[in-house]
Amino acid sequence: MLLFIEQLLNGLQFGLLLFLLAAGLTLVFGIMDMVNLAHGSLYMMGAYFAATFAAWTGSFIVGVVLALGATFLLGIVLEYVALRHLYGRDHLDHVLATFGLILFFNELVRVVWGPEGLSLPLPSWLTFPIRILPGVYYPAYRLGIIVVSLLVAGFLYVLVMRTRIGMLIRAGASNREMAGALGVNIKLLFTVVFGLGAALAGLAGLMQAPILTVQIGMGENILILAFVIIVIGGIGSIRGAFIAAVFVGLIDTLGRSFLPDLLRHILSSTAASTAAPAISSMLIYLLMAVVLVVRPEGLFPASRR
Amino acid sequence: MTDAQQPDALLRVRNLSKRFGGIVATDDLSLDVRQGELHALIGPNGAGKTTLITQLTGQLTPDSGAVLFAGRDIGGLPAYRRSQLGLARSFQITSLFLDMTALDNVALAVQAHAGHSFRFWTPARGEAELREPARAALARVGLSERMNVRAAAMSHGEHRLIELAMALAADPRLLLLDEPMAGLGPEESARMVTLLRELKRDYAILLVEHDMEAVFALADRITVLVYGRSIATGAPDAIRANDDVKRAYLGEQKAVTRHG
Amino acid sequence: MMKQSLLSVRGIAVAAVLLMLALLPVYSHVTGNIFALTLFTRVLIYALAAASLNLIMGYGGMMSFGHAAYLGIGGYAVGILAHEGILSGFIQWPVAIAVSALFALVIGALSLRTRGVYFIMITLAFAQMAYYIAAGMARYGGDDGLTIYKRSDFAGLIDLSDKVQFYYLCFVLLIAAVYLIHRIVNARFGMVVQGARSNERRMQAIGFPTYRYRLTCFVIAGTLCGIAGALLANNTDFVSPAIMYWTRSGDLMVMVILGGMGSLFGPVFGAIVLLVLEELLSQFTEYWQIILGPMLLLIVLFARGGIDGMLGRRDHD
Repeated sequence: MLLFIEQLLNGLQFGLLLFLLAAGLTLVFGIMDMVNLAHGSLYMMGAYFAATFAAWTGSFIVGVVLALGATFLLGIVLEYVALRHLYGRDHLDHVLATFGLILFFNELVRVVWGPEGLSLPLPSWLTFPIRILPGVYYPAYRLGIIVVSLLVAGFLYVLVMRTRIGMLIRAGASNREMAGALGVNIKLLFTVVFGLGAALAGLAGLMQAPILTVQIGMGENILILAFVIIVIGGIGSIRGAFIAAVFVGLIDTLGRSFLPDLLRHILSSTAASTAAPAISSMLIYLLMAVVLVVRPEGLFPASRR
Repeated sequence: MTDAQQPDALLRVRNLSKRFGGIVATDDLSLDVRQGELHALIGPNGAGKTTLITQLTGQLTPDSGAVLFAGRDIGGLPAYRRSQLGLARSFQITSLFLDMTALDNVALAVQAHAGHSFRFWTPARGEAELREPARAALARVGLSERMNVRAAAMSHGEHRLIELAMALAADPRLLLLDEPMAGLGPEESARMVTLLRELKRDYAILLVEHDMEAVFALADRITVLVYGRSIATGAPDAIRANDDVKRAYLGEQKAVTRHG
Repeated sequence: MMKQSLLSVRGIAVAAVLLMLALLPVYSHVTGNIFALTLFTRVLIYALAAASLNLIMGYGGMMSFGHAAYLGIGGYAVGILAHEGILSGFIQWPVAIAVSALFALVIGALSLRTRGVYFIMITLAFAQMAYYIAAGMARYGGDDGLTIYKRSDFAGLIDLSDKVQFYYLCFVLLIAAVYLIHRIVNARFGMVVQGARSNERRMQAIGFPTYRYRLTCFVIAGTLCGIAGALLANNTDFVSPAIMYWTRSGDLMVMVILGGMGSLFGPVFGAIVLLVLEELLSQFTEYWQIILGPMLLLIVLFARGGIDGMLGRRDHD
C-alpha cells in the first residue's frame, strides 16, 4: 500500500514533468503549426545550464533561475535565427531541419561540456523526506516538483484563459490566418510563444536533473513521450496535454512497478520477467495507437482548422 | 408528380437533410435528374449547392433522406464506389494533380474505371487502353494541343476544361458539374456553353452555376435552392416567371449576371 | 526511360556513380585500401534502405518515421535464426522477408488510417515498440544486442564472408531494387500511389480505393528494407535494438531528402554523400555533427530538391 502511494506520487510527478515539456510542444505545434524535434534539446540545455550555473554560483536556486532565463533566451534566439524561416513549410521540412538541430545541440554540448554528462546535487534543505500521511514519507524535492508544476499549470491556465495574450494564443491556435488578418502582431506572438515553450522545456529539464540525469541525448528519449502526449491529448490543447500527461505518467510508472507482478499471476515466471519490461515500455505507445485509431484528433482537440 | 409518373429518373434525391451545428445546409430537399436532361441548380451564395453535390458523391454523409442512382440506393457507398457506378463530378475549386500533365490527369480518371491497378510492370504512360480515351476526352474539350503540359503551368480556364475532361473520361452516366464556368472570361464561357450543349446529348447533367445566361441557354429544367431548400422546380420559362424565385434570387440581381 | 537522356547532367552523374560503385572493389584491391570497401558496402546497404523509404516517402507521400524498424526486423530474423543454429541463408532470408512483410502489413494497416503528422507519430510509435520488444528479448541479447558468429550460409553459391563477393551481392541487390522501384512507380500501381500523394481526395472522387494501394506500397517498402536489414546484420555480424531507435529512422529520412525525394537515384546519392561525408568530416574533427546539423537546416531552406534537384529538373523517372 505504501509502495502504491509512493508510486502513485512518482507517476504524478513524472506526468507533471512531462506536461511541462508537452505544453511547450503543443503550443508551438498548435499555433505555429511547427513540428519541433529540437524541443528535447531545449530540455537538455535547461538541465546543462542549471548544473553549470549552480556550480558557478554555489546556489541551487540562483542556478535554477539563471538557467530558466538562459533557456528562454536560447529559445528566442533559435526562433529568430533559424526556425521562423520554416513557418508555413511542409511538416517534413520541419522534421528534417529540427532533426539537424538535434545533431547540432548534441555535438555542441559534447564540445562545451565533454561527453561525460554532469550532475546537479540537491541542497540539503531539499533532501529530507516530508510526512504527507501518517507513516507515509515522500522526498521533499519530488513534492516540490509536483507543487511547482501545478503552479506553472495554473499559471498557464490563467494566461491562456484569462489574459489578452492568452486570447491571442487561443485565437492563433484555432485559426492562424484569421488572427493575422485581425491585425495581431503574429511575428512577435510567435517569438514569445516559442520562448515560453523553450522555458517550459528548460524548466522540465532542470527539475529532473537532480533525480535523473544530465547527459547528451537525454532529450530524444523524453521528446518522444511528449509527442505521444500531445497526440493523445490533442494538438494545440494545453488542457489535453495536462490530462494526457498525468495519465501517461501514471500508466508508465505504475505499469513499470506493478505489471511484472500482475503478469506473474497470469504467465509463467520467466515469461513474465521477459515480457514485463517490454510491455511496460510499450504501454504508452499502445495507448497512443489506440487513441489515433479511435479518435484521430486526440481526446481534447483545440480546434477545427 | 408521383414517382410512378416520373420518366427515367436517373438520379433521385428524396428528402435530403444536413445540418452543421445550428446551420441547416440542406433542408428536406427532393429533386431528380432524368436521362438526357440538363438540370440546373441555381441559388444565392450559401444556398447549399456545393454541399448537396458533396452529399451526392459520398464525401459527406447526409443526416437523413435518400439518394437513388439508376433506381439503386447509394446511401452507404463510399465516394470511389459511386464514381465507379457512373456518377462523375467536376470540382468548383479546381482540384487537379498539379504536378502531372493534363494527359496524366485525365488518364488517371480513365484508369480508375479500367479494372484494378495492381499492375507493377508495364509503364502506364504507354498503355493505349488508358491514353486513348484520355486523349479523346481532352480532344472533346478542346485541349488536344496542350495535353503534355504540366497542369501547374496551365491557365485557370484550362484547369476547368481538364476538370470536365476528367469527368468525361470516367465514362459516366451522370455528370455533376460544380460551377464549371467559375472564373472564366467571356470567350471561354461561351466556349464552355457550346461544349456543354454538345455534352447534353450524351450525358445527364446536374449543373450548378451562377452564370444565368448559360443556365437559361442550356437547362431543360431548373431547381432554385435557397437556404438549403428547393423553392421552385420547372422549365426555364416557368422559373423566370415565378414570383417566389424573383423575390428570393433573381430580383436581387440582374437577370443576366456574369460570374467572375 | 530511366533518364531524360544519357547525355544530360543527371545521366552522366548517375552513370559515373554506378561505374564508380561497380569498380570500387577493383580499386580497393589495387590500392590495398580495404577500408573503402567496407565503407562502401555499408553505403550500398543504406542506399537500399533509403531507396525503400523513398518509395513510400518520395513517390507515395507517406512520411514514415519508423522505417528503421525494418532494418532491425530483417536483422533480427537472421540473428535469431543464427543463434538458434539455423545458419542457412536459404531459410534465414526468406524468413526475414516474410517477417518484414508481415510487420509492414500490420503497421501499415493501422497507420495508414491516419495522415500528416499523425501518420508520422504513429509510425514512430510502432518503431519504438519494436525497439522495446527487441530490448526486452533477454535471450537474444536484449539491450546489448546479438552477435552473429557465422554469416548466412548459401552453400557454395556465394560466400558472404568474402568481402568482395558480399560487396557485389549488395550492389546487385541495390540495382535490382532500384530497377524494381522504377518499374513499379511508372506502372498503373505507381500512378495510383503518386496520385494519392498529389491529391488523395481527388483520387477517391474519381474512383480509386486508395487505401489498399498505399498499404501495398508500404508493405513492398518494408520488405525491401527488411532485406537491407538482413544484409546489414551480415555486414556487421551483429544486430541490436539501437538500429531501430527512432533517430535512425531520421538518418534514413535525411539520406532520402538529401538525395532528392521522389527521384530514382536520389537515395543512392544521399546515402553516399551522408556516409562518406560522415567519414571525411570525422577525420577532421571529432565533432563533425556540429557541421552536419546546420547543413541539414540550410539544405531544407535552400536546396529543396536535394542533390538530384541540383542536377537539373526532370519530368518523371
